[in-house]
Amino acid sequence: MAFKIELPHVGESVTEAVIGKWLKSPGEHVEKYDPLVEVITDKVSMDIPAPASGTLTKLLAAEGDTVPMGSVIAEMETDEVVVQGESELSTTPPGADSPGSSLAGRIGTLVQGANVGPTGGEFLDTSLSSSTDDALPATAEVSRPNDGKQRFSPVVTRLAAQHGVDLGSLAGTGLGGRVTKKDVLAAAESAPSASPAAGSISAEDQVIEPTPIRRMIADHMVRSTSEIPHAWSAIEVDVTGMVEWRTANRQRFEKAHNVRLTYLPITLLCVAAALKANPRINSSWLDGKAVLKGQINVGVAVAAPEGLVVPVVQGAAGSTLLELARRLDGVVKRARSGSMTLDDVRGGTFTLNNTGALGSVWGGAIINHPQAAILTTEAIVKRPVVISREGDDSVIVRSMMNICLSFDHRIIDGAEASTFLQAVKTGLEAVDLDTEF
Amino acid sequence: MPEQTVIEAVRDTMRAEMRRDERVILLGEDIGLRGGVFLATDGFIEEFGEDRVIDTPLAESLICGLALGAAVNGMRPLAEIQFADFVWPAINQIVGEAARVRYGTNGVKTVPMTIRVPYGGGVRGGLYHSQSTEVLFAHTPGLTVVAPATPYDAKGLLASAIRSDDPVIVLEHKRTYRLVKGEVPAEDYTIPIGRAEIKRPGSDMTIVTYGLMLHYALQAAETASEQGFDVEVLDLRTLRPLDADAIAESVSRTGKVLIVQEDTPAVSISSEVAAIVGERCFFDLDGPITRLTAPEIPPMPFSPIQEAAFMPSVEKIIDAIAKLAEL
Repeated sequence: MAFKIELPHVGESVTEAVIGKWLKSPGEHVEKYDPLVEVITDKVSMDIPAPASGTLTKLLAAEGDTVPMGSVIAEMETDEVVVQGESELSTTPPGADSPGSSLAGRIGTLVQGANVGPTGGEFLDTSLSSSTDDALPATAEVSRPNDGKQRFSPVVTRLAAQHGVDLGSLAGTGLGGRVTKKDVLAAAESAPSASPAAGSISAEDQVIEPTPIRRMIADHMVRSTSEIPHAWSAIEVDVTGMVEWRTANRQRFEKAHNVRLTYLPITLLCVAAALKANPRINSSWLDGKAVLKGQINVGVAVAAPEGLVVPVVQGAAGSTLLELARRLDGVVKRARSGSMTLDDVRGGTFTLNNTGALGSVWGGAIINHPQAAILTTEAIVKRPVVISREGDDSVIVRSMMNICLSFDHRIIDGAEASTFLQAVKTGLEAVDLDTEF
Repeated sequence: MPEQTVIEAVRDTMRAEMRRDERVILLGEDIGLRGGVFLATDGFIEEFGEDRVIDTPLAESLICGLALGAAVNGMRPLAEIQFADFVWPAINQIVGEAARVRYGTNGVKTVPMTIRVPYGGGVRGGLYHSQSTEVLFAHTPGLTVVAPATPYDAKGLLASAIRSDDPVIVLEHKRTYRLVKGEVPAEDYTIPIGRAEIKRPGSDMTIVTYGLMLHYALQAAETASEQGFDVEVLDLRTLRPLDADAIAESVSRTGKVLIVQEDTPAVSISSEVAAIVGERCFFDLDGPITRLTAPEIPPMPFSPIQEAAFMPSVEKIIDAIAKLAEL
């Protein structure tokens, strides 16, 4: 069989040798261990013996050539089957593909089959192509929490705050959907709308991580303002009669029914009636169509300790004042104590926000998506009002309240908004001492 | 540019330094008549004579003690410890004495002594010819420890070490001696002590490493780039003082770090690099500080299979890169 004769590694620390004199010629028969060629290393000169018996067929290194140890210097046809030595290395030297790089040159390359031991012992390099990884595990195990909670690395948190990126809305590309540094940077790049002011946090600033409910509110508000074209209208209502009625009936009512009597159930009563008369206000824009809701379920904004919540009074239209007062009392208490049920918050078709309780006299509320409108009732304040009666103008003191409507202009035009506001106003102004609820 | 192996660069640098400065003397076992067990001083005794190339008894405490005394008295001794595994008897001379002379004499005396220490495994050296002893020296204030991985760095850092007025441990990975061949300028140059070098720029993570592992890391990074991971490789080059600025700069930029060392992990160079990263890069980290090291086993095993399992390999590094990159 054909056999390649390699320059053998010698028991000295040499990587290359000079071919001295060939002692056999091609075509010549050689016996195993016959001296074949003289080689000269930096330490010794020696004869290389024939590795097997056979006929020398070809010389691949000329006299005077410098050749690396282990390279093929001749070929022969052997008389017997001989196991061919295998090349121990199959490595691509780093930087070999960029010969022009001086860094690559300085790093150097790995010498094939180098004798890496001390002199006198032979430790040929075989470990570059390690195939024994299964014997012991590598110690590099990337630790990661597996409790199902979403966690963010320090750089992700920092970059998200810096670029105003909402991490909750990002789909991570990392392991198990982890949001990576690249994900945040990509999101920051694709959303240049973030205001420049949001981009920098100084050392004096305090960064507050949002609670889940805060994050939900934030997302909800962004969604509403980005989807719904808001328009606004407001009107002032003379609630002197309602104030008088409540003052006169409060004690009796609360004693008889054991429930607080505020202006809210009275307002809710009038709003529900006005919604029934103006169904476009009680609607939603869904898939390019206005959907007028069959139910009138009015959400009431409540400032709960953990943030704004909107418990819903179901079936507000057709209820009596007492029923509304009781239901309001219940949901508001549950909202403030954080014990609301799912039924308390779902199904709202319109929202009423009594911002006046905090002294506000004017507002432009954000619609509670996907509803079509939200009404704020502002503070009741006593003001001088001009009254015209039988041609005479006079100034008297009345209890006045502004009501402000934000509405989805895709469904509702200003005229419809005004009609609705007038209906609420008419209902509220109709209340006086003689009213029987 | 001429190419040399690491051992050739070491040999030529020592020869050049001895020709340049006759205060440089060599001490070590078999370094004279034998030319050194790795032939690092081959031909030296012929050129410089027995007065400057001193064959010592097999007593490392003597080698380092003599070198210390010579250094304090104005010589620039260059001692060779035959294998790092044999350095233990000289610990008192190195850690207990040489490291403290400048401090203890309030700067009146210094120790311009260099100790070359061939270390590391992957040479079938087994329990007594394969150890990584760098931590012992790198922990010691008063010592400087360099660990060049390329012929170019070996020349520049050995020259800096010999010219330093303080004791320097030069850790030469014995497996790189004849394995790594690269460009070495013929002219005189030094590489500043305490400076790491980015041997391969990248953006997805930083591998911090030194010694033989540099070459494995570079190969792994090359393979990883085919898998789409752009890995930077930082070669520490000096283990004391560590180049904390270079580490922090690189890791802050890439956001992830994989520290690769041949040594066992506990209280090691990788521990210190991890501490630096933790202290300086916290808000830039996008993954856990990750280490690939030998397992916690006392010595390098002798069995070839177990030796390969003990040593970090190109394949293990590729695996660790992928795990960290995909996180």
